[in-house]
Amino acid sequence: MKRRDFVGLTGLAAGALFLPSFPSLGGVLVDPARLLEPGADTAQKKRLADAGLNAAKAAGASYADVRIGRYLNQSVFTREKQVQGIASTESYGAGVRVIANGTWGFASTNTVTEAGIAKAAQLAVQIAKANSKVQKEKVQLAPQAGFGEVSWKAPIQQNAFEVPIKDKVDLLLGVNAKALDLGVSFVNSILSQVNEQKYFASTDGSYIDQDIHRIYPSFGVTAIDRASGKFRSRQALSSPVGMGYEYLTPKAADKVAGPTGSDIVGYKYSYDMLEDVAAAAKQVKQKLTAKSVVPGKYDLVLDPHHLGLTIHESVGHPLELDRVLGYEANFAGTSFATLEWKAKGLPYGSKVVNIVADKTQPGTLGAVGYDDEGVKTKRWDLIKEGRLVDYEKIRDQAHMVGQKESDGCCYAQSWQDVQFQRMPNVSLQPGKAKLSVDELVSKVDKGIYIAGNGSFSIDQQRFNFQFGGQVFYAIEKGKITEMLEDVAYQANTQEFWNSCAATCDESDFRFFGAFNDGKGQPSQSSAVSHGSATTRFNGVNVINTARKIG
Amino acid sequence: MPILSQTDAQALLKQVLGYSTADECEASLNGRTTGNIRYARNSVSTAGAQDTISLAVEARFGKRSGTATCNEFDEATLKRCVQRAEEIARLAPESPEYVPLLGPQTYLKPPSAAPTVLSPTARAQAAADSINLCAAKSLTAAGFLDGGTSFVAKRNNKGLDAYQQSTNTDFSVTVRTADGRGSGYAIADVTDAAKLNAKALTQRAADKAAGSLNAKAIEPGKYTVILEPAALMAGDDLSLLGGLFYGLDARSADEGRSFLAKKGGGNRKGEKLFDEKVTIYSDPMNAEVPGNAFDGDGLPTQRMSWVEKGVVKNMLYSRYWAQKNNVPATPFPSGFVMSGGTQSTAELIKGTAKGILITRLWYIREVDPQTLLYTGLTRDGTFYIENGAIKFPIKNMRFNESPIIMLNNLEAIGRPQRLAGCLVPPLKIRDFTFTSLSDAV
Repeated sequence: MKRRDFVGLTGLAAGALFLPSFPSLGGVLVDPARLLEPGADTAQKKRLADAGLNAAKAAGASYADVRIGRYLNQSVFTREKQVQGIASTESYGAGVRVIANGTWGFASTNTVTEAGIAKAAQLAVQIAKANSKVQKEKVQLAPQAGFGEVSWKAPIQQNAFEVPIKDKVDLLLGVNAKALDLGVSFVNSILSQVNEQKYFASTDGSYIDQDIHRIYPSFGVTAIDRASGKFRSRQALSSPVGMGYEYLTPKAADKVAGPTGSDIVGYKYSYDMLEDVAAAAKQVKQKLTAKSVVPGKYDLVLDPHHLGLTIHESVGHPLELDRVLGYEANFAGTSFATLEWKAKGLPYGSKVVNIVADKTQPGTLGAVGYDDEGVKTKRWDLIKEGRLVDYEKIRDQAHMVGQKESDGCCYAQSWQDVQFQRMPNVSLQPGKAKLSVDELVSKVDKGIYIAGNGSFSIDQQRFNFQFGGQVFYAIEKGKITEMLEDVAYQANTQEFWNSCAATCDESDFRFFGAFNDGKGQPSQSSAVSHGSATTRFNGVNVINTARKIG
Repeated sequence: MPILSQTDAQALLKQVLGYSTADECEASLNGRTTGNIRYARNSVSTAGAQDTISLAVEARFGKRSGTATCNEFDEATLKRCVQRAEEIARLAPESPEYVPLLGPQTYLKPPSAAPTVLSPTARAQAAADSINLCAAKSLTAAGFLDGGTSFVAKRNNKGLDAYQQSTNTDFSVTVRTADGRGSGYAIADVTDAAKLNAKALTQRAADKAAGSLNAKAIEPGKYTVILEPAALMAGDDLSLLGGLFYGLDARSADEGRSFLAKKGGGNRKGEKLFDEKVTIYSDPMNAEVPGNAFDGDGLPTQRMSWVEKGVVKNMLYSRYWAQKNNVPATPFPSGFVMSGGTQSTAELIKGTAKGILITRLWYIREVDPQTLLYTGLTRDGTFYIENGAIKFPIKNMRFNESPIIMLNNLEAIGRPQRLAGCLVPPLKIRDFTFTSLSDAV
């Protein structure tokens, strides 16, 4: 933690209100009722945006876009029998991005008036002109026709902000009570909800109004054996999703059983928090006495809630074109999948590996109608039958790989941050042939089934990774036999995906979500989903993570 | 406007408290003015500036508490903010972790000598210096320079009155060779931007990039390593020492879910957990890393010993946990100092028969909280040492290691350097565990 960050935190006087992973994003705490009040109407926003566009052009910009954003967040945190904090925040302002002298400039303001936005536009042009002196590559934008006045709304059924806070508190305290009844030592639970009301206007002639919703219920339970001093935790198998409160009404059709003998249930488009916490309470106690894994080579069977994070780190990130080109070299890193590597035509994975990028899938975190630079979203292939066919790119990058259009994956975490290339939903396509999880496991002689995601780490070019999980089961001669502990696997991205032997069919396909993916300097957070079915990887190196301290 | 003087801040906070009808009321002001420039591929990519100021009001009726914030300061907005905090407090459940607000406190005055803050032109110049140095040698620079001034002021109706201002500038740069086979990194954070030398830091990263070309693979396993401060502490990610420093929490240990939990109950305060060469303390008056005068609750900071000659001397007690256990609360420090020796990294290398020099670690994540086991990888320059000299660059490797185990395998400690607001010495460690090779450069 940096000193100034610590100083920054002290403003929230009530310690209870500042809790980890709460994205305040410059917002102010508001009455929950405020989250349901309408923002400015589109006619007002068009007038405000035009003031910025005109000011930018008058100051000498060759291109400008204005994003007027109202970002609403609410989080409820509990532990055991008490509410730790409830915070509702609103952040409202405008960001203006321009090109002047072939250089980007950006400025933002929370004075959302015609004069305020015009002033930000002028400042952005000044910054662009000043930086153009240090600029070596002029910005080239892929052409984008204006869409005129259009809108897009996430297809949610119930706005989470319409649900009384009491209901949310009751749900979380109910989850905690269940866990405590079942004998866990500690439990904490959280419900985070986000609504982005975004208006985008550009000198290309687009005026795009969008309404985006996200929700993330989660918990963690801990079991402690005081005599031995051993403790173990199990986190929820929920996923953050691009949905409304309907995600919290469980539907039988959305439940997918893990392999026989595993006691794991996966969730598709609705989540049964009470059922999951009951399973977690049982499993966390089993973890205390589970057998410590014997290190070696194992065939891994990875459930979608686990595999989603592996896809995120070993496919989603290395195919971000800004990393490939070196823009993230100082922090997030670069990529092994360079343009030269792609030209060699080497296999990224085995023939069963088909990976698709998609910003349109309903209910996912990445779904929007248009990205944050006014490009209509789409679906495209990244890896086809194991071969890398394309990257994830935005307007100022397309020409660098000889392409003429953006993929529509530009995003800024708020009005006060500049938009840049972010990861779309990246998903492993399910197998075309019918294959159940039990059938998949039945062919494994010596393996480990891993559910849920745990510790994760990968190098700055995305070669070498290590992943843990939440729950591990041994597979022997085609059957789940017992729970294991202290499991982590290490692999090289290309070897790992080339060892991909089989993936289950569509009926097992579901999305995992990353709620706070970080990239950039200053770091920005984005949310993205990764779909897959349960998948088998052969001969992966498993290590034992148990250590002794004095 | 983002930085208020002590007099202006006090006047505003007094006005705010005057609107309160609550049993207890505390108002805090927080302001920051910062600017940054980012570059990559030897060209500037983005630049930004941010001025923010906000007021937070916490109102309490008995054990019920509510907080509201605002970022406009006209009379009507201030009154509404206080009213909203009071409304929220009246509706809130009683907090089982209630602790009364602090009364008047006496604060130290950490050293601050009218530090310099960089102007946008100076930031652009620093980026240009860094880029030009690299472009002239056919190297590629990517860097980030970010800095500014912030202040916090706090006042309540029990008599607490606190104010402090601070400045900070951070710079980091990664230099890569044109063929992508060599990479080097340098980082610095300073209180006074006048002390930042982007050119010298870029030169250091460039030397490392050139020196890391043609890296050889060695077998993973247990090695003696010398970890430079940048490999031990990071401001923007988890780090081996950061994880240890900020993991000294008494509550999680008492609850039985930390590496400091004691078998059978309680925590390990007073036990010798590390090599006797390990001494860690915090000191807001340290001239090299001046700290905050008070923490988020308004508790005055002071020199505090955390580990002395390998023994855990103190742990972090929040005000609630301290009250429950009838011990004094420990103010949360803004940085740590790990005591060191006088040797430079070069001298530590000289005294090493066989080993590895690690200049930076990356993507560190906790693997097992029970033992504080972490995994991560070396990055941007890793070198093999033989007979007291660097012999050749080696390919990056993944480690799985716990700082607890590491600080028991401590061979030597070098001269501390400032990093991420802390003073961190280079460390020579035996039996550091590498578990696999990486092809990353």
